[in-house]
Amino acid sequence: MGQITLQGVRKSFGPVNIIKDANLDIENGSFVVFVGPSGCGKTTLLRLIAGLEDVTGGQILIDGRNVVDVPPAKRGLSMVFQSYALYPHMSVRGNIAFGLKMAGLPRPEINRKVEAAAATLNLTPYLDRKPRELSGGQRQRVAIGRAIVREPKAFLFDEPLSNLDAALRVQMRLEVTKLQKQLATTAVYVTHDQVEAMTMADKIVVLNAGRIEQYGSPLELYEHPANLFVAGFIGSPKMNFVPGEVAGEAGVAIIGIRPEHLKIGKDGDGWPGRVSVAEHLGSDTFLYVEGGKLGTLTVRYVGELSLRAGDRVWLTPDPARMHRFNKEGSVIRTS
Amino acid sequence: MARKVTSRHVWMSTAAAWLFGFLIFLPILWMFLASFKSELDAFAMPPKFLFFHWTTENYATVQQRSDYVHHALNSIIIAGGSTLIAMLIAVPAAWSMAFSPTKRTKDVLLWMLSTKMMPPVGVLVPIYLVYRDFGLLDSRAGLVLILCLGNLPIVIWMLFTYFKEIPKDILEAARMDGATIGRELVYVLTPMAIPGLASTLLLNFILAWNEAFWTLNLSTLEAAPLTVFIASYSSPEGLFWAKLSAASTLAIAPIIILGWFTQRQLVRGLTFGAVK
Repeated sequence: MGQITLQGVRKSFGPVNIIKDANLDIENGSFVVFVGPSGCGKTTLLRLIAGLEDVTGGQILIDGRNVVDVPPAKRGLSMVFQSYALYPHMSVRGNIAFGLKMAGLPRPEINRKVEAAAATLNLTPYLDRKPRELSGGQRQRVAIGRAIVREPKAFLFDEPLSNLDAALRVQMRLEVTKLQKQLATTAVYVTHDQVEAMTMADKIVVLNAGRIEQYGSPLELYEHPANLFVAGFIGSPKMNFVPGEVAGEAGVAIIGIRPEHLKIGKDGDGWPGRVSVAEHLGSDTFLYVEGGKLGTLTVRYVGELSLRAGDRVWLTPDPARMHRFNKEGSVIRTS
Repeated sequence: MARKVTSRHVWMSTAAAWLFGFLIFLPILWMFLASFKSELDAFAMPPKFLFFHWTTENYATVQQRSDYVHHALNSIIIAGGSTLIAMLIAVPAAWSMAFSPTKRTKDVLLWMLSTKMMPPVGVLVPIYLVYRDFGLLDSRAGLVLILCLGNLPIVIWMLFTYFKEIPKDILEAARMDGATIGRELVYVLTPMAIPGLASTLLLNFILAWNEAFWTLNLSTLEAAPLTVFIASYSSPEGLFWAKLSAASTLAIAPIIILGWFTQRQLVRGLTFGAVK
């Protein structure tokens, strides 16, 4: 079991409020990703759950029990750190076994569990090596092995892939997701990379300036962002925002439209503009269009399109995919 | 790109390094040789390097005139005692400053270092009077105390830098792994801190062993360590080079042997964190 509930959690460092009233329900077995720009408080929130920081106010419940006064060692969670944080003086075996040794398990059982974890993570040949003799990816696996071997109520991941190179990151992303599904253990994962968030999460928590902006599945956030911040943060390339006259005509403060929901129409039909940059990726074409009073609009076209800088284009937004925001930046639901 | 190094370059820089090393070692070698000369040969001009009448009579005289074992024992007690007490105070002090620093931690560290900026002779008179009134003159306890206090700032600074090098993440990982503070200390922190602790201990021991200002001024016979034993050979009756050398050789022999056996630890500790 591993259900984590946050009720009115607050955290301040001196006069600075890092987390402002966080309420969250993380279901047992789900993969939840905290995402947001740097300094938004996502790592702090994770450390509060871990118990490495004390809350200033509110409650954290793990399986219904308030744990704010329980030390990290007794919360039954395990954590994978960005720096891996392996014990440099212990072998891979010692690293993975450490938590079990602290729990006082008998040696044969420890050995059995360590070997099983090592086999799952392809670490068996390296069991007797020291961390410094391993590559970055292998160290990451050891850190994960150390987390899974204890069969915790939940895994906490603090940007675990950010020190790996791009190719390895994609591979580890898949492996972590697969492992989590296989173990069916709750996971809370912090990242600033929205692609990681979208691909790995069952549910995403978007944080901004210490506040939870929205909590929902990746597609919910993509299709129904609650406000300008989420709309701008989720999705790549970023959503286009059109303020001013055009939005005024629709009776709202700002119109949001994703690059993939702008169609390139026939001459004279829709918003006029001129291509300033065209990026041809083969699978996609990204156009940056100067739209006069609309500002610069990004357009994503699936496939190859023979437009180049300086060409005139006409853009039609898909009305069903338009997002309307009021002055405060909240979405206006039309239905 | 790596610079091209020719074998001639290697040969020349190796020779230069040996020459430099020899120059640094020369005074100690000279002292060692002089300890086997007669007083006349020790004074001879031009100096005699190897071809003189080798004799061990200086050592015999030194043994006869003063009690080497007594002074050596004092040195061991004073250097060892002051080092141990300094470590006992410095480990928790450096620990708390490294792992739970406050706004004032930097100031405290600087203040401690600032006490080393004043020449000791500046406080000789007050310390002497305090020692006289408390009956600490020429007592081992008094010397242990003064050397311990004198080296404490450096010991704390060294330990502080070592502890600072231990990544906080690793301690947190141990906490997440279910380790209590005590077990975190035994299984994670201590093994990671041992090189730093060992080199601090050794360095402090060497500093205390060689300390001459306070030991000369605050002790006469009863508590006098080897530094006083050496100094007693540069007496008002005149300088006895050969006997002085014999006494010095005897005095530094234990510390050189200790340094020789622990040089790996020492070098590792002193260059700790220099290269990431």
